[in-house]
This record gives sequence, structure tokens and C-alpha cells, in this order.
Amino acid sequence: MIRFLTKRLVTLILSALCITFAVFFLTTLPPNLEKLAKSEVGTRITDAEVASWLEKNGYDGPILARYGEWLGVVPGWTYTDENGTTRGRCIDAGMPADEAPRFCGVLQGDWGFSKVFREEVSNVISTRLGLTGWLMLCVMLVMVPSALLIGILAGMREGSRLDRSLSTFSIATTATPEYVSGVLFITIFASSVTGLKWFKGIATSAADDITFENFTLPVLTIALYGIGYIARMTRASMAEVMTAQYIRTARLKGVSFRNVVIRHALRNALIAPFTVIMLQFPWLLNGVVIVETLFNYKGFGWTLVQAAGNNDIELLLGCSVVAVVVVLITQLISDVGYAYLNPRIRIS
Amino acid sequence: MEPLGFLDITAALAGRFWPVWIALAATFALSILYKRRLGLYGKLFDSPVGMTGFGIVMFWVFTALFANLIATHDPLTQISGMKNVLPGTPVRGAAEGAYGHYLLGGDNLARDVFSRMVMGARSVLSIAPAATAFAFMVGITLGLPAGYFGGKLDTGLSFVANLVLAFPVILLFYLLVTPEIQLAGPLVTMPWSTEGWRASIPNIMAAVLFVFPIIFFSILWNSRYFTSPARRNLYVGITLLFGLWVYAGLAFDADPTGIWSMDPNLLNVFVSVVFVNAPTVFRIIRGLVMDIKSRDYVAAGMTRGEGPWYIMLWEILPNARGPLIVDFCLRIGYTTILLGTLGFFGLGVAPESPDWGSTINQGRRLLSQFPHPAIVPALALMSLVLGLNLLADGLREESLKD
Repeated sequence: MIRFLTKRLVTLILSALCITFAVFFLTTLPPNLEKLAKSEVGTRITDAEVASWLEKNGYDGPILARYGEWLGVVPGWTYTDENGTTRGRCIDAGMPADEAPRFCGVLQGDWGFSKVFREEVSNVISTRLGLTGWLMLCVMLVMVPSALLIGILAGMREGSRLDRSLSTFSIATTATPEYVSGVLFITIFASSVTGLKWFKGIATSAADDITFENFTLPVLTIALYGIGYIARMTRASMAEVMTAQYIRTARLKGVSFRNVVIRHALRNALIAPFTVIMLQFPWLLNGVVIVETLFNYKGFGWTLVQAAGNNDIELLLGCSVVAVVVVLITQLISDVGYAYLNPRIRIS
Repeated sequence: MEPLGFLDITAALAGRFWPVWIALAATFALSILYKRRLGLYGKLFDSPVGMTGFGIVMFWVFTALFANLIATHDPLTQISGMKNVLPGTPVRGAAEGAYGHYLLGGDNLARDVFSRMVMGARSVLSIAPAATAFAFMVGITLGLPAGYFGGKLDTGLSFVANLVLAFPVILLFYLLVTPEIQLAGPLVTMPWSTEGWRASIPNIMAAVLFVFPIIFFSILWNSRYFTSPARRNLYVGITLLFGLWVYAGLAFDADPTGIWSMDPNLLNVFVSVVFVNAPTVFRIIRGLVMDIKSRDYVAAGMTRGEGPWYIMLWEILPNARGPLIVDFCLRIGYTTILLGTLGFFGLGVAPESPDWGSTINQGRRLLSQFPHPAIVPALALMSLVLGLNLLADGLREESLKD
């Protein structure tokens, strides 16, 4: 188990390095940097001025060195101008150059400064992540129990009418991406067309105060897409378990159907959905970005769109690190959890 | 003219789709008549679920084919006074012979929602299946050896595949499908053109990804007709000639006849979608190969002295076709959703484009007052993906029966 864990951890760190490097490379492509220089200095500057701005701000080094600086394993850049003042990555305004730390990167907790929000990236991300955390929590609370229930009810008696209708429902939800279900929900429950107006079509106010009225639609929209997928996995797993020998033995011994399902089948049938639920996280992230944009809920996904749309390089890098780390950690948990839950793997 | 009521609109819509109904009726009649001779495709007509799915998918395929006949107006023309009008509104000052109503209303730029939806079907259905097919070629060509040989090759390829899968899709799209990225990279002078070829990331990815179909088919024919060189040379030669012609046109924009070329934005979108899908296909193929590898017929092939590529392509691959066909249908649906996501964020497509994702994006701003411009493409997208999922479900059920 220890060997398995260390192997997984090494792969995780290696993957995180590769992916963050890819993101770093893509966000700091020359045209993006040029756009950054023009937005900082002025749109009409010449190519030579762009080049000198990039040089003064530490963007002209080789890509690996800049990635190292950003990560915090290479000393930050410094630039001494003609007046003798030294500026640098790690030198804050008004701080003498020789007192500044040599390394300042993500590993040291220095995530940079967001130019859109005019705030430290770490502050922006932690506030926004908190808001998205509430959304995710509500989604999980709605999605997981209902998906498992649908899956178990459908897989309990394969081929029954209940199974047919629940399976059709799950297929229909997997065919409805968030931007479709969100639009439908808003039209039905929040527009003047149907006149229902039960909920609000905009969730901006949920940032301060989550109410049933402003949070239901975003949560339902994200949950709906996941429900179908998890339910289908649970159904397949449940249906497989129900045909196993030991279930038949239990039935023949006279255990009631209810007891067979609850005490014998469920525990084994829930191993597979566990991995699926964990692997659902990356996809939830997609849903979060779409739903937060659609409902204008200013959480992590909304921030990512703002950062990408406004060429806010440091913020985009920060968001990517968080997203990638979340995805990789859920993969790890899913692997380890699967190995732990499944006795056939755990014992070998 | 009077505005149309709900029943009139339904009747008029049903009437507009007349080429689709005829084509659908012909397809179903012929398929059901000969269903015993058509293998898996014929068996589809034994399952109500599969038949429904197939019907919906074919409805959209025929709509895309006959879009010119079905659309009532030009999808880009704006008619004054028709901004955000409700479904069934008569066109103000309609010219003689032109269609007199906006059947499903107008959008915020006074264009016909119905015609845009119909034309959108064409743009979605011309990208999604092709991108899925390319992703399958890449996944198959890399997944077969990874699963069959295992070892270092497998470890390396699986690591790369997992890297791509760990990338949040939206982030990847935001990074890859931007106008800036098309300008990044040195210009390489090419002998055939004066402008040169820009070594930007989408172009490089296209150059790499588009090779795979050529490799796949060349190996396919080579391993099959290895023993009769004359036929082998003929088939591989035709593949190479035709493949490289298309390849030069699509990846390098260097087709001398000018038939094969791709708009840079479209290329960018296409390549990104293939890139996102290929690792999943790779993993599926690899898993299937590792499973089938231990069967007796593979061992029998080895004892007969068949080469590894013959075994992979002509023994293992045909026996993995069931799950692959099912996944292909599901994946077209998933690709459709991805394309919609791209459109929803306004990435990569022209702002005027009638594709469903960007139409939903434009319509969502006025959703609470005028929902029809967003609802129509949303329902269209949903029904197409639902059809593909039902079709996949029907195929899975029928392929499990034998």
C-alpha cells in the first residue's frame, strides 16, 4: 500500500509540473505578453518599446527560467535601470533591493498580482473558491443521493418498467449540457413568459446571502448533468451485483428482497460509483464555469473566465494551478479509495 | 398578414421539413424491409429505443443535408422591425415570393431564429462526426500498440494521455482557441507559397494529428496484403497519394487544386476538439486490446506466424468493434456538447455563425424577456445529443445479444 501510494504521489507531482508548465507556456506566449505590455503602457507603443518593457519586467528570459521563477525554485529576476534603482520580481515597492527574498514563487506563497481585480491573486482565489465551495457542496448534496437512489432503484430489477423509465431519464439528463438545462430552467421558472417566477435567474446575490430562491436553479443545473452519468454507473454496477451467486443464495435462503438489496447488494454495488463520483469533479469544474457565467455567480469559474478574457496572466495561472491540483487530487483519492474499498485489491 | 397561432406554426414547421420526412420514410422503409440482411444496423430496428435514437439522429442529418430547402430566410439577413419578435410574426414588407413569416420568431439582431437553427445543424454536423473520427484514428493508432506491446511505450503514452485528461477542458479551450495563439510562432518559408506557414501551436497540432489517419490506413493495407506486394503497393499507394493530398491541404493549406483547405478558426476549433477526445479513445482501445490479447484466437494467429500489426488491426480490432461503435455514437454527442461549450463562451467561431452554441450565448442575455432565440437552438442541441445517446444505447443492447 505504501509503495502504491508513493508511486501515485510521484506521478501526481510529475503531472502537476508538466501541466502547470504547459499552462505557463500557453499563457505567456509572445502575443499575450505583447498585449500585456500594450495594456500596461499604451496601445500605440512601438515594437521596440514593447521589447524594452518586457525586458524591464522580467519577461524576456528563457521560458524554463521564467517558469522556475514563477514556481519559486529559481531566484526572481532583477533589473537595474539607468538611475541605479533596482526593481525585481521579489522586490515590493519601497523595499530596499538587498532586503528582498531571493525566491518568490507559488511555492513560497507568492501568487502574483491580479490586474483585473487589483488585488493579490491568492486573495482573489481564496474568496472566489469559498463561494464556489458552497455551490459545489449544495450540488453534491443534491446530486449524489438522488443519483445513487435512481441507480439502485433502476438496477434492482433489471428490465422492469421502473428500470426503463429511470434509465430513459438518466439518458435524457446526460444529453442535456448545463448551458441547455440552465436556459430551459431560467425560461420555465424565472422568466415572464411562463409567469411562474418561482426562482431568480441571476445568482449574484447568493454571494452575500444564499437563499432557496437564488441558489436552486444553479445547483439544479449542475447537478442534473451529473445525475444521469452517476445513476447509469450505479445501475450497471447494481445490476451486475444482483446477478451474482451470493445474492441468489441469500434469496434462496429466504431473505426478503428488501433485505437482500439493502444488506447484501448495496455495499458491493457502491464501489464502482465511488470512483465515478470522484472522477466527476473535473467535469463539475466545467459545469461550474458554465453555470457561474450563465447565472452571473461570481465564484471561481466566473473568475477563470474573467482572467482568460482579460489576459490577466498571473490570475489565470493561479486559477489553473488550483483547477489542476483539484483534478489530480480527486484522481488520487479515487484510486486510493478504490483500492481501499475493494478487498480484492486491498489484500493483494 | 396575420400572426400565426400555435397550431399554425406547428403545421408550417412540419411542412417546411418535407424533404426530411420523405428521406426519413424512405430510409426506414428500406431498412425495415431488408433488416435481416443488414447485420448490426438491421438489428437496430428490433429495439424501440435504438430506432427512436436513429430516427432523431437521421432527422438532423437530413436537416443538415437539405438545409437550403428547409430554411425560410437567409440566416444572416436582418430585416428591420423584426427584432425579438415572437414566433409566427409576419415579415414586415415581405418581398414577392419570399416566405411571409418568422416561424420561430426573430433574434436580437432581427434574424430568423428558425433558419439559423436549421443552418446551425449543418455547421454542427459537419464538424462533430469528422472530429470524432479523427480522434478515433489517433486513439486507435496509438492505443493498439500501447495495449498490445505494453512496457515503456505503454507507460509513456498513458502518462501523456492522463496529462491531457487531467487538464480542465474549459481551461484548455480558453488557452488553445484564441486568436492570439494563431499568431504565435515563427513563420516558416515553404517552397509552395509566398506567405509561408506559421508554426503556431494549432498548426503544429494539426500537422501532427492529421498524419494519423494516413498512418492508420497505410499500416492497415500493408499488414493485410503483405503477402501480395502488387496489391499492397496499389492500396498503400492510393492511400498515400490521396491522404497526402488532403493532408497538405488541411494542415499546410498547400493543396495545389484548392479543394482541401480549412479556415484558421475552424482548424483551431477542430484540432482542440480532437486533442481533447483522443486520450479517452486511447484509454478505451488500450483497455479493450489488453482484454482481447489473451484470447485463444490471438494465440492461434501468433502460432500461424502473423505479424503484430496484422493481429492488432485484423484480429483484435474487428473483435472490439461493438464497444467502439457504441462509444463512437456517444462521443459524437459529447463532441457536439463540447462544440456548444466553445460557442457558448464565444471561442473560435465567427460571431455571425449560426451554430447552436453561439446562438444560445447570444440569446441568453435577454432570456427573461425573449427566451425563444436561445430555447430553439438549446432544444435542437439537446435532441441531437439525446438521439445519439439513445442510438448508442440501442446498439449496445443489440450488440450484447449475439
